[in-house]
Amino acid sequence: MGKWFKSGTPWIWMTGGAVSLSLIAVIGLFLLIGWRGLSFFWPATVYEFDMQNEQGQKSVLIGEIYDTEDVLKQQLLDAGVTGLDNEGDSLQRFLIKIGNREYVDLDFQWILETIIKDKKIANDIVVFERTKNGNFYGYLEAINEGEQKLNIEKSALVGELNKRIERALEFRDKEHGLLTGDIGRINYDLDRIRLNKRKLELDGSLTPQKVAEFAAQSDSLRAEYLALENELFDYRDQAKRDSVVVKDMTGRLVTMPLSYILDFYQPNDMSFVEKVGHWFHQVYKFVSSDPREANTEGGVFPAIFGTVFMVMLMAVIVTPFGVVAAIYLHEYAGKNNITKFIRIAVINLAGVPSIVYGVFGLGFFVYILGGSIDQLLYPEALPTPTFGSPGVLWSALTLAILTLPVVIVSTEEGLSRIPSTLREGSLALGATKSETLWRIVIPMASPAIMTGLILAVARAAGEVAPLMLVGVVKIAPTLPVDGNFPFLHLDRKFMHLGFHIYDVGFQSPNVEAARPLVYATSFLLVTVIIGLNLAAISIRNNLREKYRSLEH
Amino acid sequence: MERDLATTLQANKKRVVKDKLVKYGVTGGGTLVLVALLLIFGYLLYVVLPIFAPVSIEQTQSFQRKDSTAIYALGLDEQNEVSYQLNEKGLLSFYSLRNDDLGENLLQYQAFTNTHNIAKTMASTGIYAISNERGEVKIVKPSFVTSYPNDKRLITPEVSFPLGEQDFIVSEDNQPLTHLAFEMNPEYAGLAGVQSNGEGLFLLLTAEENMMTDEVEWEQSLFKLPSFPQQVEQLLLTPNLSKLFVRSGNDLLVYDVSDSDNIRITAAFKINAPGSNVTKMQLLTGASSLLVANENGVISQWFEVLNDNKREFTLIRDFKASSGVTSITPEFFRKGFLTTTASGDLSIFHTTGETELLTESITKAGSLVVAISPRANAILAADSNTIKLYHVDNEHPEITWSALWQEVWYEGYPEPQYVWQSTSASDDFEAKMSLVPISFGTIKAAFYAMLFAVPIGISAAIYTAYFMAPSIRTYIKPTVEIMEALPTVILGFLAGLWLAPIVENQLPGIVLLLITLPASVLVAAMIWSNLPKSLSDKISEGVLPLVLLPILVVTGYLSMAFSDTLELWLFNGDTRMYLTNELGINFDQRNSLIVGIAMGFAVIPTIFSIAEDAIFSVPKSLTMGSLALGATRWQTLSKVVILTASPGIFSAVMMGMGRAVGETMIVLMATGNTPIMDWNIFEGMRSLSANIAVEMPESEVGSSHYRVLFLAAFVLFIFTFFFNTIAEFVRQRLREKYSSL
Repeated sequence: MGKWFKSGTPWIWMTGGAVSLSLIAVIGLFLLIGWRGLSFFWPATVYEFDMQNEQGQKSVLIGEIYDTEDVLKQQLLDAGVTGLDNEGDSLQRFLIKIGNREYVDLDFQWILETIIKDKKIANDIVVFERTKNGNFYGYLEAINEGEQKLNIEKSALVGELNKRIERALEFRDKEHGLLTGDIGRINYDLDRIRLNKRKLELDGSLTPQKVAEFAAQSDSLRAEYLALENELFDYRDQAKRDSVVVKDMTGRLVTMPLSYILDFYQPNDMSFVEKVGHWFHQVYKFVSSDPREANTEGGVFPAIFGTVFMVMLMAVIVTPFGVVAAIYLHEYAGKNNITKFIRIAVINLAGVPSIVYGVFGLGFFVYILGGSIDQLLYPEALPTPTFGSPGVLWSALTLAILTLPVVIVSTEEGLSRIPSTLREGSLALGATKSETLWRIVIPMASPAIMTGLILAVARAAGEVAPLMLVGVVKIAPTLPVDGNFPFLHLDRKFMHLGFHIYDVGFQSPNVEAARPLVYATSFLLVTVIIGLNLAAISIRNNLREKYRSLEH
Repeated sequence: MERDLATTLQANKKRVVKDKLVKYGVTGGGTLVLVALLLIFGYLLYVVLPIFAPVSIEQTQSFQRKDSTAIYALGLDEQNEVSYQLNEKGLLSFYSLRNDDLGENLLQYQAFTNTHNIAKTMASTGIYAISNERGEVKIVKPSFVTSYPNDKRLITPEVSFPLGEQDFIVSEDNQPLTHLAFEMNPEYAGLAGVQSNGEGLFLLLTAEENMMTDEVEWEQSLFKLPSFPQQVEQLLLTPNLSKLFVRSGNDLLVYDVSDSDNIRITAAFKINAPGSNVTKMQLLTGASSLLVANENGVISQWFEVLNDNKREFTLIRDFKASSGVTSITPEFFRKGFLTTTASGDLSIFHTTGETELLTESITKAGSLVVAISPRANAILAADSNTIKLYHVDNEHPEITWSALWQEVWYEGYPEPQYVWQSTSASDDFEAKMSLVPISFGTIKAAFYAMLFAVPIGISAAIYTAYFMAPSIRTYIKPTVEIMEALPTVILGFLAGLWLAPIVENQLPGIVLLLITLPASVLVAAMIWSNLPKSLSDKISEGVLPLVLLPILVVTGYLSMAFSDTLELWLFNGDTRMYLTNELGINFDQRNSLIVGIAMGFAVIPTIFSIAEDAIFSVPKSLTMGSLALGATRWQTLSKVVILTASPGIFSAVMMGMGRAVGETMIVLMATGNTPIMDWNIFEGMRSLSANIAVEMPESEVGSSHYRVLFLAAFVLFIFTFFFNTIAEFVRQRLREKYSSL
């Protein structure tokens, strides 16, 4: 035995075990996020539970099985649960998603297996997705038009409901378009007029003529607004015309206006193909729609948009600086102390905790730079800050410093792989050093620059801590890009996928309801980041192969 | 031909200029990196430094006094534009401090023609009680009204009467009062007095709103103070009217006056410094602390401390001023105070900071009276001739080296402690900004993460670099390294919402994993060694991880499945209860174990990647030599390879450490963020970085809190700078060594 240990074999196995453990961790993590994130969109079977509690009271619960766990009897006894005398040591407990939030105390309930008397698939159950209070589970009873009940067959109800929901959605779309389009523009213009007036006032050049001009402009805008408002109310009334009558698990008939219903489906009546279709539909809705109900329902479109926009802005800032610095280090820098310091600076910029960048960004960019910009360019809006408060520009700048070393290191590696014979050839033919750089070196290094850029983007997309200080918010009312002049609003705050995960997972009022959403968002973020990294790795590998062949 | 040459030359010149421009441009761009780092360093320092700046005062205004009566008290408005003085004869006069009408008398008010005694409330209330020879008391408040005629700020003084213009009588048969104390709050007011026959009285005034007129009327009730001492030097009331302090020589009597039917003495003790006599006492802002000045210049701070379930006044700390302290003036909202001495010295102290901030000689001419402005940015000082206004630069008195890094005895705490508690609802809250608990939290989190990451990271690096078959190495190395790209917010979220409940419910299983996982590897190794040669040859040493992968998964699954049984068997079916009740170990759901695992996970790729590089690039000639001399693979590894690569491995650990120390999101999401100091693995912590993320958005720009958070960031910066520079340095050396080999 001792000899065996001395031979080192067990230690080799142990080190091999460490590799396996790391692999299990990585792969397990991806599988976990992937499974949890993607299964969220699958239409879960809705069950009907007949329950009888200890006192013999009977009740019915309709919902999805959300989670199952084993609990020890002792823990239940400690928690004051009684009537378990005839049970084994370990019991099953189900977390049921009941929905119908406005009619029940808890829309997620833990129930113990002992009180379930019967469990069956609820046929014809309809799941409604609503604009507020989450999902509703119930049986379709009737459709009303105004106060009038429609006289149609039960079997035709679903088709009719589909038609009418489409009609209500059309009006909702029109309403939404009006609100974000024309009405948004009018509000924005009114604000601009107020600011312009204030600006002239500050300059001391506000003449009565100008005042009258501004007043006329605002009056015409207000008149326009009044007309639009009527249209808006009309759409709302139209959308409210129809309603649906649904029977919930307690047998109560609930009437819901169709204007609150976004979508409905019958999970227990779907075929596999229909379920797949529904899955894709849900995924599409997730990436393309706005969040609802304090981010616990709906999609993540603004977060995707905000992340992409911020990251693009950052890429525009970081690329020239990173590339120039790398070129300096590799092509121009002599072997002296300054070069040494710059290298140490690069390593340290890569190693400084990201939160420190956030602190720096908040103090330097937001308060000092932004504050000065406000004083110089936007004095009319003060004391409301324009650039003097956290925003997307400052976030992009902060992350640009943070990712600078990534671009530098990657570009430099690319530069070092270009054989020096190429440079020498160019110089020998009479090109200057800058021409050699511009015509020979940089084009050849461009895949390396691309790699660096991709890695920087991947890093920036996943970074949250500094953004919490310099510009990210829970819910941004407007995107940083819209149809109002100047179209790009770099001073606005934005939403971010990473912060969305933190916020919904940890700050949300209904963690249980939000959890699958967080997994789905995580999956999205991980996919994007891992995808970018894999792309970067494959570009880099291609590049290596290419230059290896050049060297011979 | 000539022209051609000229254009060529010109073109060349242009090219040369362009080449030069590019060179300078690129050089400038390159140094920008250094500039960026220096900018971060410099800016953080720029924000942090003011907290350590010394306090200074500077005279800005002065004017001659017109009368020579001794001054009882001085005061200032918030903008330091108008001052008032109340002299011993009860004359209240307002003087301008503005440049254009400096020293002009703006308003005068005399309560009684024959003033006998004056009492003053806490500075933030700013009310005076003036009594005459018949024991009648008037309550007067000098106040300031701000108006904006012609868009310019104008401050006009005004005398107001918070209890109405009526007189209150705190005396039987109109005896004059020898001592007086007054305090009020919105519901109650209290007057304590000593009449000339030596008896102590307490007049309680209760506000009653008149239903008809909405006016407040004050209902009076007079009580006699029991066992009142013969000789009394000073009376003090607390603003909540619960305690009355009576000083008789060096003895202090504390009356409980909160229940007017049962006024009693709750404590009596000596308060003088050893070998000296008390000259003055004063309540500090917030009225929990009592400051006692002695003849020898020692000022001691006392407050009530919970000791064996009894609240007792305890001597907390001493300050040393010049001898002969004549007055103690607390600040309005902070825990600072000023003292003056008979020789005309002014000193500024702060209790939390535990320091003397400044001592300066102000006057040689007669007794010095001072007042501090509500914003604590100006001091008004009067001697017998002149009144001077000083600008005070004292923004952050509470932040000192000792307050940040040493134990501080905060008001109401049983003993000196390290506490981080930066904000509270009340104005006169004593901010507790010790960086020790959050630095401790940072180190604790990093320690548990390293405990998890170092063994796994380095072992995996050794195997990957030295034993693994090249064919699978090209896949496995990037797979592990891609973990580094994983956003930490996702790790934090999984740790907090997925791992934490699992660990809580399956704790025995998790602990079991520590034993079963290595054991299963050993068992597998043993089985492999005893296999017949023909079989064991099929599994080469280079692909072990793939063989072990299913074994470890199955072992892990079995251990977790066994968790419940183990829990029943060892811990009566409820591990949490068992830990808390039987072992006395607190258990938080989000604890250091979770942080250790999650953050270890984030650090493994860093350590793995650098260590693997270091081991892999050990020159082949060394290993070949060792193997040729008959050493086994393991001997070569442990005696040659690891020794040669050890600086690289060290640098990997340093880099990992730097990452663990600065990590924010995992710690933020996977712990409860309570700033406690305890190594218990089942309790959480608050780290420097998480603390910044939590508190920075709501801290006021330029406040002490804001600057301390910047200091925390600066500490992190320096910390990681140190680790990274060392690691990089070691790596460079190693690279040079290898290349020379």
